[in-house]
Amino acid sequence: MTGLRIERRPAPLWTRSFIPVLAVAITFSLTSVLILWAGANPFEAYFHFLVAPLSGRVSALEVLVKSTPLIFTGIAVAFAFTAGYWNIGAEGQLLAGAIAAAGLGMALDGLSPYLAVPIMVLGGMAAGVLWALGPALLKVRLSVDEVVTTLLMNTVILFLISFLLNGVWRDPVSGWPQSPQIAEAAFFPKLVMRSRLHIGFLLAWVVVGATWIVLNRTALGLRMRSVGLGKTAAQFAGVNVNRTILTAALVSGAIAGLAGVSEVAGIHFHLIEAISPGYGYTGIIVATLGGLNPLGVGLAALFIGLIETGAQSVSRALGVPIYLGNVVEAVLLLVTLSMLVLQNYRIKRA
Amino acid sequence: MEFLLVGLLAATLRVATPLIFGTMGELLSERAGILNLGIEGTMFLGAFVGFTVAFSSNSLWLGLLAALISGVLAGLLMGLLTVTLGLNQHVSGLGLTLFLTGISLFAYRLIFGERSVPPSIDTFPKLTPFENLPVLGTLFEQYFLTYLAILLVPVFWWLVYRTSFGLQLRAVGENPEAVDAAGVSVFRMRYLALGLGGALMAAGGAFLSLAQLGSFIFGIVAGRGWVCIALIIFANWHPLKVFLGALLFGGVFALQLRLQTTGMQLPYELFLALPYLVTILALTIAGRNASAPAALLKPYRRE
Repeated sequence: MTGLRIERRPAPLWTRSFIPVLAVAITFSLTSVLILWAGANPFEAYFHFLVAPLSGRVSALEVLVKSTPLIFTGIAVAFAFTAGYWNIGAEGQLLAGAIAAAGLGMALDGLSPYLAVPIMVLGGMAAGVLWALGPALLKVRLSVDEVVTTLLMNTVILFLISFLLNGVWRDPVSGWPQSPQIAEAAFFPKLVMRSRLHIGFLLAWVVVGATWIVLNRTALGLRMRSVGLGKTAAQFAGVNVNRTILTAALVSGAIAGLAGVSEVAGIHFHLIEAISPGYGYTGIIVATLGGLNPLGVGLAALFIGLIETGAQSVSRALGVPIYLGNVVEAVLLLVTLSMLVLQNYRIKRA
Repeated sequence: MEFLLVGLLAATLRVATPLIFGTMGELLSERAGILNLGIEGTMFLGAFVGFTVAFSSNSLWLGLLAALISGVLAGLLMGLLTVTLGLNQHVSGLGLTLFLTGISLFAYRLIFGERSVPPSIDTFPKLTPFENLPVLGTLFEQYFLTYLAILLVPVFWWLVYRTSFGLQLRAVGENPEAVDAAGVSVFRMRYLALGLGGALMAAGGAFLSLAQLGSFIFGIVAGRGWVCIALIIFANWHPLKVFLGALLFGGVFALQLRLQTTGMQLPYELFLALPYLVTILALTIAGRNASAPAALLKPYRRE
């Protein structure tokens, strides 16, 4: 009998391209237990998850619509994680952007769209930066753990939104806890007529491209990656670690803020309490699946958009609860994380 | 006035109960070197499993037991990710929370379907040991889980600071290499801490569905897990200070509830946000001399 030995050496490069595919396969095998429990055929369910959404115009466009906020939050998270700054606050920064977009969107009535939209976009980015500023400064000045502070800031801003929507911004027309509608001049133009797809999707891919350039072709990107790999080593190499982390944290906040602008100006046109069903947290999944690589993050966001649209399809067609989508996403994250570790090992004949 | 104050204190204890269970569970994990951000999801799972089992078996105790078991399993899953595989604790914990929340929602919808009125059960009764005394009677009109939570604090302190188990636990969180060299299994201790900790977190969730509400709603935990994470840092990883922090938080929460019902025109959201902001402030002040377990967030590998 030939014995097998596991040694701690990186697996051969060619195996790495299989990791996403294998992770998806493992995820679907694991979650098929739940599909069977719901009394449905797993293969039919996978068809509805992966193929059905792409087979119709409306649902295929919906995949892109659903991926839009995830591209923003995924890139935001990846940007910060690259520099070793664990920004868990993309959710809060998104909401800050949404508040700014709603406020500016209501105030910009009568302006030309060519002015209103850019003002709103910049305002939303500024709001994201502002919400990211506190934890980032505490991190670099007093080395306060950013995971906890950014997480807490997510909850704080929920109260701010509740305060706005139950008070000054409560819609006098409907009486619902939602803000009045933003000015039509501030609506994001549609990319495709008679669909929900808006220019936010395009903007998201511009951000993907810009992030790729910054990370791979600029000195800042190099500094960020070196800080992410090891703060002490970066310090010795002459990198201003604190300034790099601060920059990464604030840019991350700005990008997350864009997600909020895009949801308010492109989809809802009001600020509502449920403006984000956890896009900031899903952004962490997207960033991890994409391996923190901007293009990978964009593709991962498209894939999660497909899963979210697919979950609706599975639910409608097979009566499986829609929350299967959330389970699939979370399992995919955990499986991918595990496989990233396993790629550091290889099996050898002893 | 005196009556109001006692009522407020009683409400404080009630609000603080899930936080005490949650923080004690989290503290156990963190003392062993694992930051378990799966707490939010574990509390949610505990609330769901507790309710569902109690509903279908007509036994609150069976529900509570099932919740505890589900919490142990959640903790062991966190152990698989962070102890055995040595994955990033932040991302694993958040992933665990997303997973447990998703699977609870999925199962709840599958079992109970879509209903306009959520199904409900009769909750645990309140115990009144000092029924006929004036002040104590009102103050100690609580669910038994609240009494259990209060008792848990000194027991926990004794366990962590006065037993050899506690010594090993703390050592695993401070210097796992030394513990390993002394012949104690780091893996076993960490799994043990995560499993027990998960059970306590789930008990906090089960308190919400089996005692406080008598039903399971989607916003049942509502960030209490994150509050626990913050309280521990706020209290510098010390069980007695964590207890005081939970009472403080519970007090502010109970106060804003009271203010809301009196119809006072105060932005109650400010009161709700206040404890979070105070925690961030406390982190800032405690920042430099925080005494987090030295091996927190560091996976242990035998090379």
